[in-house]
Amino acid sequence: MMNTSSPYVIETQDLNVFYGDFHAVKNVQLRIEKHKITALIGPSGCGKSTVLRCFNRMNDFIPTARIQGRVLFHGKNIYDPDVDPVQVRRRIGMVFQKPNPFPKSIYDNVAWGAKINGFRGDLDQLVEESLRRAALWDEVKDKLDANGYSLSGGQQQRLCIARALAVKPEVILMDEPTSALDPIASLRIEELMVQLAEEYTIIVVTHNMQQAARVSDYTAFFTVDEHRTGYLEEFGPTPEIFTTPKSRITEDYITGRFG
Amino acid sequence: MTRERSAPEIHESLRKRPRWGETVIHGLLLVFAGLSIVTTLGIVLVLFSQALHFFARPEVSLARFLTESQWQPQIGHFGILVLINATLLTSLIAMVVALPTGLAIAIYLSEYASHRTRSILKPILEVLAGIPTVVYGYFALTFMTPLLQRLLGRDVVEVFNVASAGMVIGILILPLITSMAEDALSAVPYALREAAYGLGATRLETALKVVTPAAMSGLIAAFVVAISRAIGETMIVAIAAGAGPRNFKSWREALHHLALFNPFKGAETMTGHIVRISGGDISYESIDYDSLFAIGLTLFLITLLLNILSRRIVRRYREVY
Ligand SMILES: Nc1ncnc2c1ncn2[C@@H]1O[C@H](COP(=O)(O)OP(=O)(O)OP(=O)(O)O)[C@@H](O)[C@H]1O
Ligand SMILES: [Mg+2]
Repeated sequence: MMNTSSPYVIETQDLNVFYGDFHAVKNVQLRIEKHKITALIGPSGCGKSTVLRCFNRMNDFIPTARIQGRVLFHGKNIYDPDVDPVQVRRRIGMVFQKPNPFPKSIYDNVAWGAKINGFRGDLDQLVEESLRRAALWDEVKDKLDANGYSLSGGQQQRLCIARALAVKPEVILMDEPTSALDPIASLRIEELMVQLAEEYTIIVVTHNMQQAARVSDYTAFFTVDEHRTGYLEEFGPTPEIFTTPKSRITEDYITGRFG
Repeated sequence: MTRERSAPEIHESLRKRPRWGETVIHGLLLVFAGLSIVTTLGIVLVLFSQALHFFARPEVSLARFLTESQWQPQIGHFGILVLINATLLTSLIAMVVALPTGLAIAIYLSEYASHRTRSILKPILEVLAGIPTVVYGYFALTFMTPLLQRLLGRDVVEVFNVASAGMVIGILILPLITSMAEDALSAVPYALREAAYGLGATRLETALKVVTPAAMSGLIAAFVVAISRAIGETMIVAIAAGAGPRNFKSWREALHHLALFNPFKGAETMTGHIVRISGGDISYESIDYDSLFAIGLTLFLITLLLNILSRRIVRRYREVY
C-alpha cells in the first residue's frame, strides 16, 4: 500500500547494515520530513555515513555491505528488486565530505549530471541557475571555462552543491559538507543549506554541534552499543534534542561529556 | 630540574651535522643515474657516427634516402620509406587490435570486475606477456596466416604478410597496454566515481566519461609505450611479415591500387630488415653494414619523435585532480 499523502519523504523501517560479519548499524527508525533539514550527529564510527549512504543506495558499491529492513522513498522501498538504483540517485543527490569536483571546467562540472540524465533544454541557463542557487555564480561567472580544481575549497564544495542541484533532485544528502572548510566558508554553506531547504529536503551529517543546532529542524543522535554497533539513540526536533533531551546519553554527548 | 638553556646553546644545538651515510648514498645514486644517461648517449653516438659513414658514401644522398621507392643498397637503391611504411603498417594494425581491446579489458578490470575475477584475469595476462616472441612469430605464420587465408582467400592473402604479423604484435602488446591502462584507471581517486554515481550516472557513464578522461595522461603514456614496443618488435615480423622490402619501380606504381598499403602482402619492416641483414657473414666494409645504422638511427628518431609528441599531447589533455 502506497501512502502518497505522507509528509515524510524518506522513512526507514528496521534498517540494519552489515559490513561482512560486522553489524554496523541496527534497527534504525527514522522519518525525514519534506523541506526540512535533518541533522545526523553522534560519535565517530556510530554509522552516520553508513545510514546516509543507505538513502541513495551508495552502499551498493561497497562489496561487503549488506542491508536489512526498508528505506521508503515516498512510501516505496528503494531496496525492492524492481527499483533502479540509478533512478534513486537522480532523485536523491549527494554532497561529500571532501569536495570532489570533476577535473573538468566549472561549466562542465555543473552540466555533466544534467547531460547524462538526458536534460533537454537550455544548458547555459541551467548552469547559471544552479550556480546561483549554490551562491557561487558571482564568483565564477567570468571563468566558467576554468578547471573546477582552480577554485578554493569552499568554492569547490559549493560547485559540488551546484552540480547536485543541476540534476534537480528532491533530497540532498550531505556528509560532513563543511568539515574540510574554514569557519567562514562553512558559514556560507550553512546559509546556503537554509535557503535550499525551501525547495529541497536536506539530510546532513555533522560533527559540529553548533552547526546542527543552527541549521537543522530535526536532529537524530546516533551512538554505539557494547558491540560497537550503531543505533539511533534519540530523534526529535532540534531545539528539544539540544535543550531537553530525553536520554542521558544524548545529553552527555551534546554537552561534551561524552566518553 | 634541568637548567634553562641559553640562546647561544640553542643556536649551537641547531647547527648542521654531517651525515656521511646520506652523502655516500646520494653520491652512489648519482653515479647510477649518470651511468644510464652515459649509456644512452653512447648508443646514440655510435648510431650517429656509423650512420654518417653511410651518408658519406658517394652513391648515397639524404634526398634519395628520403624519396626513393625501393630499398636495395647493393644495387644503389636506398629509399627508407618502404621500410618505414612496413613498420608503420604492422604497428598500426597492432594498435588497431590492441588499443580497443586493451582499453576494454582495463576498464572491465578496474571498474567492473570483482576482486576475485581480477585476481584470476591479471595473472593470465601476465602469462601472455611472458611468452617468447619467437613463439608469437610462428603463431602468426602457422595460425593467423592460414586463418586469414581461409577467411579471405589464398589469392588475396600471401603466406608472408603484414596483417598477420601486425595482429599478432597486437596480441603481444595487449598485456602491456592493459596493465598500464589499468594502472592509470585505478589511480583515479574513488571520490570522482562516487561523485558521478551520486549524480545518477551508470557504471558505464562513470567509466567512460569520468574515469577515462581523468586517466587520459596515463592512458596516452600506455599507448606510447605500446606503440614503441610495436615499432621495435623484431622477431614476429622477421618470421611472418616477409623476407624482403616491398619495393616499387616508382611511387606511381606504389600507389597504384594502393599496393604500398596492402596489408595482405609481404613487406620487410626496419627491424625485420636489420636482423636479416645483420645475421651471418656481413662484411664491416659493405654498404649493407653501414645502411643498418642509418635504419637504426631512423628507428630511434621515430620513437623519439613519438615520445616528444605524446608529452605535448599529455600536457594539453591532462585533467588534474
Ligand atoms: N567499507 C566498510 N567496510 C567495513 N566496515 C566499514 C566500512 N565503512 C564503515 N565501516 C564501519 O562501520 C562503522 C560505521 O562507519 P561510518 O563511516 O558509517 O561511521 P560515521 O558515523 O560516519 O563515522 P565518522 O563520524 O568518523 O565519519 C564503523 O565501525 C566503520 O569502521
Ligand atoms: Mg562519516
